[in-house]
Amino acid sequence: MDRKEEILLISGVNVRKCMRCGKCSGTCPNYDEMEYHPHQFVYMVESGNIEPLLKSESLYKCLSCFACVERCPRDVEPAKIIEAVRLSAIRQKGANHIKAENVPELIDEDTPQQLLMSVFRKYSK
Amino acid sequence: MVYSYFPGCTLKSKATELDRKARLCAAALGFELEEIENWQCCGGVYPMAKDEIATKLSSVRALADAKAHDRPLLTLCSACHNVIKQVNNDMLKDADIRTRANNYLQLDEPYGGETKVVHYLEVLRDEVGFDALKKAVKNPLKGRKVAAYYGCLLLRPGAVMAMDDPENPSIMEDLIKAMGADPVVYPQRNECCGGYLSLDDKEAVAKRRNKIVKSAADFGCDCIITACPLCMYNLAKNDCDVPVLYFTELLAQALGVE
Repeated sequence: MDRKEEILLISGVNVRKCMRCGKCSGTCPNYDEMEYHPHQFVYMVESGNIEPLLKSESLYKCLSCFACVERCPRDVEPAKIIEAVRLSAIRQKGANHIKAENVPELIDEDTPQQLLMSVFRKYSK
Repeated sequence: MVYSYFPGCTLKSKATELDRKARLCAAALGFELEEIENWQCCGGVYPMAKDEIATKLSSVRALADAKAHDRPLLTLCSACHNVIKQVNNDMLKDADIRTRANNYLQLDEPYGGETKVVHYLEVLRDEVGFDALKKAVKNPLKGRKVAAYYGCLLLRPGAVMAMDDPENPSIMEDLIKAMGADPVVYPQRNECCGGYLSLDDKEAVAKRRNKIVKSAADFGCDCIITACPLCMYNLAKNDCDVPVLYFTELLAQALGVE
């Protein structure tokens, strides 16, 4: 199985449904923070151009807010593709984006447990 | 009605007022919250990967426990609600996930998504009813201008969460009216607060916070209400000095149960 097949399997997404309207990126609340935007994730996975995505900080900028999933007129679910590329990256040996020993300096007295749980689920394996 | 209650990690620590006041209000409105024994954290975010089951098991355990008691499962935190309801949908509709989760858990009776998952707000609307709630209000919040902040987790994906219209929700505005206050509708009420980015990228979250709170303030609110501890954390310290409250705090005031 190559990287593209792995990502399609993890995500369960059919990237060929995408009609390139760009609505996912247009509605993304974190668009400005991303090097590659949701619609680019979809077509770069479809075309097998995955290496740049695996190395990009954009993997860690998706909020999983499901705005793109809700508003896609073709039901492509771009957030699930981004999640699958991120998992493909952090499941590699030593590739965790957040390490537990760095967390104490990033929190304050109000930090909710929910934030730490979410971060470890999203950024490390 | 008795509900199997899943409080979640943060309601036992940083968001105790969300939990405590919900319990007081439930008692005043005549429904019962029976906390699930030995519940485990939901994980905070819905695990989207089709090839993972470990990250879904805590939700399945809670759902199976509610089923064993023949009760709906009630949540209060938006994240717990989103995770447990989406996992329940997987257990109902995804045969692969259902089979693998059951093969692992070896429950007395296999779980297949039978439990109904309801959010506290839905109980207020669908079981208590906003008309009855209005009659139970002892201190109407007259003159208060309250902006409901839905964020992302309560509403999306709309086909699964099915709480309200994901683009034009009204459940919290109807609650605000029932409490005697005026709801403030503003453009950013169902856009994400920045979520879990606030550990790693505080600047990006500050941009989200300012956009959302300014949007609510521009439409004339005097406070914002939320159901989510992470939205609370991300929005609370804002440049507009708009107070952010859990919806249960305002409800407890209105019902006079403090």
